[in-house]
Amino acid sequence: MSPHRLDVLDLTAHRCRELLEAGDVSATELARLYLHRIAAVDGAVQAYLLVDEEGALAKAAAVDAKPRGERLPWEGVPIGLKDIFCVKGMETTCGSRILKGYHPPYDATIIGKLRAAGLVFLGKLNMDEFAMGSSTENSAFQTTHNPWDLERVPGGSSGGSAACVAAAEAPWALGTDTGGSIRQPASLCGVVGLKPTYGAVSRYGLVAFASSLDQIGPLTRDVKDAAALLDIIAGRDPRDSTSIGLPEPVGTPSRTDLEGLRFGVIKEFIGEACEPGVREVFDSAVEMISSLGGVCEEVSLPSVEQGIAAYYLIAPSEASSNLARFDGVRYGHRASGADDLYEMYTRTRSEGFGPEVKRRIMIGTYALSAGYYDAYYAQAQRTRTLIIRDFAGAFDRFDFLVSPTSPSVAFKIGEKTADPLAMYLSDLCTIPVNLAGLPGISVPAGFSQGLPVGLQIIGPHFSEKGMLGAAHALEQRLALPLVPPLAEVAR
Amino acid sequence: MISRKEVEHVARLARLHFDDEELARLQGELSQIIDYVQQLAELDLSGLQPTSHAVALKNVFRPDVPVQGLTQDEAMSNGPDVERGQFVVPRIG
Repeated sequence: MSPHRLDVLDLTAHRCRELLEAGDVSATELARLYLHRIAAVDGAVQAYLLVDEEGALAKAAAVDAKPRGERLPWEGVPIGLKDIFCVKGMETTCGSRILKGYHPPYDATIIGKLRAAGLVFLGKLNMDEFAMGSSTENSAFQTTHNPWDLERVPGGSSGGSAACVAAAEAPWALGTDTGGSIRQPASLCGVVGLKPTYGAVSRYGLVAFASSLDQIGPLTRDVKDAAALLDIIAGRDPRDSTSIGLPEPVGTPSRTDLEGLRFGVIKEFIGEACEPGVREVFDSAVEMISSLGGVCEEVSLPSVEQGIAAYYLIAPSEASSNLARFDGVRYGHRASGADDLYEMYTRTRSEGFGPEVKRRIMIGTYALSAGYYDAYYAQAQRTRTLIIRDFAGAFDRFDFLVSPTSPSVAFKIGEKTADPLAMYLSDLCTIPVNLAGLPGISVPAGFSQGLPVGLQIIGPHFSEKGMLGAAHALEQRLALPLVPPLAEVAR
Repeated sequence: MISRKEVEHVARLARLHFDDEELARLQGELSQIIDYVQQLAELDLSGLQPTSHAVALKNVFRPDVPVQGLTQDEAMSNGPDVERGQFVVPRIG
């Protein structure tokens, strides 16, 4: 097959792998195909903060120089990276002015794993500053546009990753999820997004937001790719003492029915907050689960309604502590002309951080300050215990739980920026999953107002293999046309 | 409602500076958020242990073997002001 006849819109990562293995395309041709695609559409989408054309082509050439029979399975397949991972020598900003110009002297563990697998890095993807946000509007550099409607947000914080995959500017990408930051943008952009069990993937070299919640995961065009990328990045790492790895590789999901599986429909996530159009898509997805042989029943988890409140104490508290390191001494921006150290710290941080990051540092500092710790932080951590118990109780009765991923479709750029609390409330369905450290996946389930709607499947700790199997069965039956209109126009 | 003085105090703790307009806006926003999270105070959580990590682990050890870390030059390569292997900062207070 001539590479000129290859269409990026038809490609998944496993399709790229097949083409490379068959010798139908070279790694260089594949890299060029994506670089062309980025050049054609990223002016409109603005998913990339940095495109490493030189590095990608050099790596691809090195792959092509190897005989096909000696290559690793994924060698030569391109990937996009959220700009939150330390990549040695490649600028890593975390969407913040305070890290502008930062070139990490080391690789994150997952970057080392991607290198060992032979993947080609296309570049760094836009995100809300320090992963704090649900729309990429908090990026210090640009707002990413949703490929399904350029006037709308792609979701966040991994909005660059989701938009990039939806617009076929990379076959797959990595993101991070602290309160929904992989699943919500995946839902809003019509791609698959997986947040693994806390500890499945090493966080070493990931710029920390809320360390007890952060987890790295794939954003892909299908469930098969999500499973493959998870197997590449998972594993225990001596450099992250909270990492555990997976009990076994998840392998290639192949399940096509849901016989013998019990699904709990979380009552608290389909209430008033849920848009009617989203509810409609969700209800038909539940019917489809039944038609595939799964048993669906409603289940109540009363404590998840306190999830957002607990999260907006725990995450900012951890963030205020993690972000104390940005002081203008060892890396990143430093304010000039300060007379003393205190003034240098204060001016550096005030110039370097954007409004949302400052807001969260303030909430966290307040919650942890003398006299308030027990009332806020400790109370939030006890609420967390309650949420974990509610989930554990539900998993006694059900194999998996389901809900809409996001209560709404992609909203308009600027629509929610004036009201931080309203933006926080949109994470209702995803946050409790992080608080309990559970794996969750968002799979495209249909459309409302012409915009994608995702279904969230939640499983017990380390149930990724079964969860991906169930997601695969549903995906195969739905067989949705997931090509955004933008892609049609720019083809 | 959080007082203006409290906002200023927390800003000092966090090493952040805000002008008058920002302080006024933050006072409103923080009050709104703190009001919202106040709902947790109404829960009866007595007898529940706080959770710090959802997937509990304890005593994670590794063999005590020295490994090559970053060199001094690598570790300091991003320093905004570096002199003879040291980070230079303005005088303290």
